[in-house]
Amino acid sequence: MTPHHEERLAELLRMLPPAPRGWLEAAQELPLARPGLDRIVARAEADARFRELLISDLESAFAQEGVEVGEATVDAVRRRLSLP
Amino acid sequence: MTTDAELVARCRDGDPDAWRELVERYARYVYAITQAFRLGDADADDVFQETFARAYERLDTLRDDDAFRPWLASLTRRLCIDRLRAGSREQPIEDPDLELAAEDTLDQLTQAFDVHAALAELPENCREILDRFFARDESYKTIADALDLPSGTIASRISRCLARLRDRLGEENTTEARLEG
Repeated sequence: MTPHHEERLAELLRMLPPAPRGWLEAAQELPLARPGLDRIVARAEADARFRELLISDLESAFAQEGVEVGEATVDAVRRRLSLP
Repeated sequence: MTTDAELVARCRDGDPDAWRELVERYARYVYAITQAFRLGDADADDVFQETFARAYERLDTLRDDDAFRPWLASLTRRLCIDRLRAGSREQPIEDPDLELAAEDTLDQLTQAFDVHAALAELPENCREILDRFFARDESYKTIADALDLPSGTIASRISRCLARLRDRLGEENTTEARLEG
């Protein structure tokens, strides 16, 4: 890297603002939770009652399947599934 | 600081903490790339999540563990372009030169990442004050309140910390030159 003037350093520091906290937390959790989430989707496809539960109460559906995720991940999954 | 290669290796061994650290390290970079492509919030969030999800799934295909950053940048860039070409969920992108302009920005983001990596090596008081002022765009007063410092000292502290950062980068350049020479 070439030597930097302080004005250029300031400009480069400004170029990387923090990502929204919820996005970061979901990205940390989602891939780790994916096997559980895949299981939930498969069950929802095969079981109409479970699908209804998934739509009405996502958190309970996760708990029922033993998938532990944080609020950011629940929000991310809700957006992915286009749930209210 | 733990290297990317070490974190990648630990991720492959199923260490969730290594994955969390890798995401923490690269979240700003990936986010900035989505902003360079001017994606709206919903599209940027989708691309952000998809980038990290695919990266996690495909870690085994990474040929050089030290090349995690360019690999991730390439993945993010491709997903941004796919999203633009597929039509935005929010509104169509009308600027035909956007992809070209975003490519230019990517080079600068790589430099910005290196500067932030050097920042991470500074003492916490400097890290905090520079990050709050420049990256988080906080006012002197907000910073003074948060860090319990006299408001009148913030500008001089920023100036001193910026000089330390410059010196730090200078030291790295000297070390690199020695290693290459």
